[in-house]
Amino acid sequence: MLNPDQKSVSASLYAKRKAVFPKAVDGRFRRFKWLVMALTLGVYYITPWLRWDRGPYAPNQAVLVDLAHRRFYMFGIEIWPQEFYFVAGLLIMAGIGLFVITSAVGRAWCGYSCPQTVWTDLFQHVDRLVDGDRNAQQRLENAPWGAQKIFKRALKWSIYLAISFWTGGAWIMYFADAPTLTVDFWTGQADPVAYATVGVLTATTFIFGGFMREQVCIYMCPWPRIQTAMLDEKSLIVTYKDWRGEPRGSAKKKEKNPGGIGDCVDCNQCVNVCPTGYDIRNGPDIACITCALCIDACDSVMTQLGRPRGLIDYATLEDCKIEREGGEPRPISKALFHTRTLIYVGVWASIGFALLFALGARKHIDISVQKDRNPPYTTEPSGEVRNDYTVKLLNMEGRPRPMRVSLEGLKGGLMWTDDMPRDKAAAMIDVQVPADQVEPLRVYVIAPGTTAPQKIRFNLVATDKEGGGDMSEVRFDAPEENAEGGNQ
Amino acid sequence: MANKRIDEPTGIETVGHEWDGIEELNNPLPRWWVTTFWLCVVFSIGYMVVYPAIPLLKSGTEGMWGWSSRGQLAAEMDKAATERKPVLDAIAATSLDAILADPKMLDQAKAGGKAAFKQNCVQCHGAGAAGGIGYPNLKDADWLWGGSAQDIEFTITHGIRSPGVDTTRTSLMPSFGKDGVLQGGQIADVTSYVRSLSGKAPNDAAAQRGAAVFAANCVACHGTDGKGLRQFGAPNLADGVWLYGGSQEQVSASISKAHAGVMPAWAGKLDAVTIKMLAVYVHSLGGGEKFQAAAPAAAAPPADGTGNAKP
Repeated sequence: MLNPDQKSVSASLYAKRKAVFPKAVDGRFRRFKWLVMALTLGVYYITPWLRWDRGPYAPNQAVLVDLAHRRFYMFGIEIWPQEFYFVAGLLIMAGIGLFVITSAVGRAWCGYSCPQTVWTDLFQHVDRLVDGDRNAQQRLENAPWGAQKIFKRALKWSIYLAISFWTGGAWIMYFADAPTLTVDFWTGQADPVAYATVGVLTATTFIFGGFMREQVCIYMCPWPRIQTAMLDEKSLIVTYKDWRGEPRGSAKKKEKNPGGIGDCVDCNQCVNVCPTGYDIRNGPDIACITCALCIDACDSVMTQLGRPRGLIDYATLEDCKIEREGGEPRPISKALFHTRTLIYVGVWASIGFALLFALGARKHIDISVQKDRNPPYTTEPSGEVRNDYTVKLLNMEGRPRPMRVSLEGLKGGLMWTDDMPRDKAAAMIDVQVPADQVEPLRVYVIAPGTTAPQKIRFNLVATDKEGGGDMSEVRFDAPEENAEGGNQ
Repeated sequence: MANKRIDEPTGIETVGHEWDGIEELNNPLPRWWVTTFWLCVVFSIGYMVVYPAIPLLKSGTEGMWGWSSRGQLAAEMDKAATERKPVLDAIAATSLDAILADPKMLDQAKAGGKAAFKQNCVQCHGAGAAGGIGYPNLKDADWLWGGSAQDIEFTITHGIRSPGVDTTRTSLMPSFGKDGVLQGGQIADVTSYVRSLSGKAPNDAAAQRGAAVFAANCVACHGTDGKGLRQFGAPNLADGVWLYGGSQEQVSASISKAHAGVMPAWAGKLDAVTIKMLAVYVHSLGGGEKFQAAAPAAAAPPADGTGNAKP
């Protein structure tokens, strides 16, 4: 389709953005979009304010990314930095989840739940609230700057800014105790990072949601490019059924010539409601985010004309082919559950189960031992051999726990720490490990001078009634000449 | 030369080049993109004016703001020094005993001492403070001049046999062989005796002959039991630690021609706080002695060590 307008633009280095004024529309997909918007915005704004009691030693915010103390709390789950693979696993699941969605229902992420889509949708409703619907918006855009336009623009941009600020403000609540941070924020006590983050996110929301809108999808976002590679003839996409619609003509023309004119009356409602300003009748395109608002618009026109709905509808290329050749449309479930989707679901679910299993099986107590390597050992005045270790005891429970470290596999081996007198050296040490912390110990291990170099074990047991334990095997160095015939 | 034409299906002009029949459409960029591009160009000009940017023959342009990476480093070092100052002041004002009793201050002093140790001490004592032949191991519990933090601080401050320092710890073992005090057989005997004190050699006839030589020549400094005397820096000969090696040849060589190890006095080279932190760090390496137990002894060596140390 040759567009004569584009010839004049083509010589230029740049293209002016063609402002999009999407018309309000009602219908089943619009109502579904309302629902998704309420859900996603609700989850985003409310989650940090949910409380979750974890006892006196841990924060009581249900979802908290505590960067300062390196803990990630999510309801009953607490993740330590070394367990970051849970987060990585969730991110992989989110990625494969997008594959599942794309394979089953095409670009549904783009059309319904992408933050860019949700916030753009929200801002477009602000446009309608302040400026009126499509025609009024266009009139105001073209009107000269006067008192009314200045007032309306100032009002609209203020609302944009308020929403943007609220959006940026909600983000930081995930990283600190929300009520405390709110008070700190307004009294100037919060960390500069908090203000900077709110500033940046306010700016990006304001610019991306208020002004760039569909340009983000068409020019900036990589996801549409990736998705075009992931869509195939089995993917559900928004389709204009040209075999039914073409050639276009008014209802009057069709009355005169019922066979020669298609169902499309060329009313342009599908283009008017499109949030990216695309004409779906030109076929699938990167600009179509499959929000399905054109389906709602076309359906209402078809209903008024007394024609069957679905001139524009979700369909797969396979179905299109069948329908074009006069076959019966297949039920939508056939399009949803095809092999590729099921494979994705399988991969997605197995990662999920693996994570759940790892979560259930993980230990809440851990010992790690690092040996000093320079020098490997020290000979004491008594002739005994000494090795030095840094021992870390992990208590992942939300309460202090008594633990016992014992030395195994070293004949005559004794140990003491920095915190105790050397003459109290023993084969086991009792330590009270604070709640939800790593307790580092400097441990000196001493053994008779004839001891051979060997492996030894540090055993850790919790001595409260819940129990549990862990162990770590490390090297004990001694003079090489002890290796043969020494005390093994 | 370029063969620009309007592409029929899209209605967009081509760029006019053709490669094996493949042509490129001249799709215009969005205006905000071009605007961003020109803003970057403008920014870069401003950047070149205010920051060092253009290389010249010998140096480069300095920029209006006078920024330099050296200047930035100096500022950062100053800032770090300012931040450290309260900690260092507190350490300077606190006694060693109080530092050892305060876990937070102890950590700070150990960290400062560790850094200073890496710069000034590892050349002789080794990165792990384990020393080597002729250089004492600082990790074990064997100390020539005392192992309390106060003793260590004194040793670091004044050094050992540090030339030109009046207050340095000093003592001298005679070279019994080189100076002809003992004959070859006597040296062999006394070596056997010394090694038998720690069970390194059997208590045989040679060792028993050596006991008499030891009693006549060595007990003044090393004591009748051979356990040494810290006020003279005389090493304990009855333990398992041998500064110059514990084999028959090594001990014999030490008796014939005495060693006199030197450690510089650090008083003029390092400030008092650094020395204090070094003492805490060395004390913390596993062999540090409790000052309570060593209190009477620690009071004596500084008094004795200055004047009376020479045997």
